[in-house]
Amino acid sequence: MAITVQRPKLNFRERIYLPAILSGMAITIRHFKNMLFGRTKVTMQYPEEKWDSNLPEHYRGAPALVKDDTGRVRCVACQLCEFICPPRAIKIIPGEFSPNDKFAKVEKYPHEFDIDMIRCIYCGMCEEVCPEQAIYLRKDYAITGFTRADMVHNKEKLLEIGGVMHGVVLKWNEKK
Amino acid sequence: MDYAFLFSSLIKIVALFTVVLGIMNYAVYAERRISALIQDRLGPNRVGPAGLFQPIADAAKFLLKEDFTPAHVNTFYYWLAPCLAMVPAITTLAVVPFGSTLFGVPMVIADINVGVLFVFAIASLGVYGIVLAGWSSNSKYAFLGGVRSSSQMISYELSLGLAVIPVFLLIGQLRLTEVVRYQIENGWLIAPFIGDWGNLHKWLLTIPMFISFVVFTIAIFAETNRLPFDLPEAETELVGGYHTEYGSMKFGLFFLGEYVAMITGSAIIVTLFLGGWHFPWVPDGSHGWGWGLLNIFIFFSKVAVLLFFFIWVRWTLPRFRYDQLMRLGWVFFFEIALVNIFLMAILLAYFPQ
Repeated sequence: MAITVQRPKLNFRERIYLPAILSGMAITIRHFKNMLFGRTKVTMQYPEEKWDSNLPEHYRGAPALVKDDTGRVRCVACQLCEFICPPRAIKIIPGEFSPNDKFAKVEKYPHEFDIDMIRCIYCGMCEEVCPEQAIYLRKDYAITGFTRADMVHNKEKLLEIGGVMHGVVLKWNEKK
Repeated sequence: MDYAFLFSSLIKIVALFTVVLGIMNYAVYAERRISALIQDRLGPNRVGPAGLFQPIADAAKFLLKEDFTPAHVNTFYYWLAPCLAMVPAITTLAVVPFGSTLFGVPMVIADINVGVLFVFAIASLGVYGIVLAGWSSNSKYAFLGGVRSSSQMISYELSLGLAVIPVFLLIGQLRLTEVVRYQIENGWLIAPFIGDWGNLHKWLLTIPMFISFVVFTIAIFAETNRLPFDLPEAETELVGGYHTEYGSMKFGLFFLGEYVAMITGSAIIVTLFLGGWHFPWVPDGSHGWGWGLLNIFIFFSKVAVLLFFFIWVRWTLPRFRYDQLMRLGWVFFFEIALVNIFLMAILLAYFPQ
């Protein structure tokens, strides 16, 4: 059954339409004026102003590898992150320490460690799964590049982003 | 024909063309900035200081894009349409007096005695650009836009023509320089307080003049396809309307043609109702070339104010529905303009000076 919608009855003022137009124009000119004299807050002008200093502690930006106090890459190439990574962005080729190396006890190190930042979804699972606390999601978010190859972060790049992380994992120290 | 006339005319044509193209480009920029400010945004502010080079960047972009002609169009008319959209709008400016005199040369390119008839004759050719674009594109959206445009422009040309008749009943001439001269001597047509403000007769005549002004301005809105009358384009309904199938500079010509039409429309309104290049206590160009330049500046300032008004209205009002548009044109403005002519005639006949 068709339903007839009752149109509202307009009085003369509403029917001639001009008062409504004028009040609308008053509203827009008020916005214009407030904006012109800087009385309206606008959004942050991104490349010039950044929110970086206000990023929360738990922010998940680009994943990065860290070194410990002695300068050793913390990663032991267990490849757990490679397995857990949902978009399979991580590729690790493990290398072996020679027996007379200072860190021979650690046995393995990542010979190559690539993270494809086109695939990475910043989920943070690699950080969660890492037994060595070697991979962290840092606060870098503007990951750009001109080619696909540019977007693959290799070991050097990851270490550059990561830097040195102090404390916590001490099980590979000489004392143990 | 003497060479001095030819030479001065050429200079005037080139100068006016340059100025109008400049205003047109910066009208686009102004539209973007003002719309942004109205909507609490910032608008283009990256290219150059405060984004002032944005029009140049836009023009370069339009010129460098591939000039693509789709396979399904009627090529000849498809190429003709953008030119037809641009040319009438610019041509109309030829008869508009944009200044008093400069070095004794009157600042109007062609001071013809059919003035406003010429304006209407040429301006109504503008519809051909849009209709041809709509038809030759061979596309539903463009076709609907073209059809809408033709009916809209024809409907509103009636009220446009009828709205100016009271002006010419009063002045008795169609020549636009005469209209300006009358306003200098007797005050602007819709501002009787300029000049001898105590004259009751003038205040009385202002009533039909103001009605004429409102109807004429609204009809110009419809003629230039500006919101709230932008049904030919109607992005939300017809993709892009008549220029859906156009790209690169051919689209640019349609786009800029709309702005030139706006400038022309504003110039006509200024000339007919707002005193042209006249401003109280500013002498005309016969007192020195500095005053002549100031007159030109005043004219274009008035045009700029009207352009701001156009932009302001565009970013305030929603688009009309098609039947509302036709009803408004045929039932309201046509009648109002017609009654207004009688009102003016009665006032002139029974309340003489």
